[in-house]
Amino acid sequence: MANLKVGDPAIPFRLPGVDGREHALEDYQDREAVVVIFSCNHCPYVRAWEDRMVAIQRDYAPRGVQFLVISSNDPAQYPEDSFDRMKERAREKGYNFPYLFDETQEVARAYGAQRTPEVFVFDRQRRLRYHGAIDDNYEDARGVRRHYLREALDAVLEGKEPQTSETPPVGCTIKWRREPASRASS
Amino acid sequence: MRVTFLYWEGCPSHEEALARLRRVLEEEGVEASVEVVRVDTEEDARRWKFVGSPTILVEGEDVAPAPGAAYRLTCRAYVLEDGRISPLPSVDQIRAAVRRARAARETPNR
Repeated sequence: MANLKVGDPAIPFRLPGVDGREHALEDYQDREAVVVIFSCNHCPYVRAWEDRMVAIQRDYAPRGVQFLVISSNDPAQYPEDSFDRMKERAREKGYNFPYLFDETQEVARAYGAQRTPEVFVFDRQRRLRYHGAIDDNYEDARGVRRHYLREALDAVLEGKEPQTSETPPVGCTIKWRREPASRASS
Repeated sequence: MRVTFLYWEGCPSHEEALARLRRVLEEEGVEASVEVVRVDTEEDARRWKFVGSPTILVEGEDVAPAPGAAYRLTCRAYVLEDGRISPLPSVDQIRAAVRRARAARETPNR
């Protein structure tokens, strides 16, 4: 279970992005909604959903929605999740959102994230309004019946409560370090 | 027919994959008892040559061979016929593997 409940405030963070900049939650104060997604490179669930992530960010950017996508996986165990490989993936897939590296895994632990992908939608006041999966069909975008993330964003942007505020995140487990590492370690 | 289904609990879709496998076997009229193996450790993964969950072996052959892939506890990415990535093999991939195995059995050794 995530540490955040619906209605809880977002937990601030500052993380390096694949664009060479640091990104903090507070940098996006002017956005109508912020979507934090725990993700990674190697997970097939992410790979099945990532084009939809790009499409949703594209569709909702004009309405003031900002995605912040975070990889917290341990690259020592999963080298394809290294920061360099994250840069490659963002380039290859045309990521239109910051892709951030949570090297110490402190942000994932603070949020209580367990899976990739795992979505947290925050409203204008940065209160949690939706947590869970992107939609109900990772295999086939054309077969989706419930667009949870889009539905949540539509509601939040209209100042309403999403019809569904919580779904089980479906995906790979976050790959935790075997030994806790400090931010300064490589 | 000898069918082995290997999975790791860390990936959520193994039950769906197993149901898909059983459905294909039934549709193909294949009598097979599916050996279900839970892979829990990296040592298990090496022993079973397990390249990710789920893995389906039909007569010892992977339904989607992944040469060179590391043996480890991970979720497996399948490339579907249309190029999409999926955490599960498609019905057609499983069906093709079953038909290959059946054809091999029906072909006399030379």
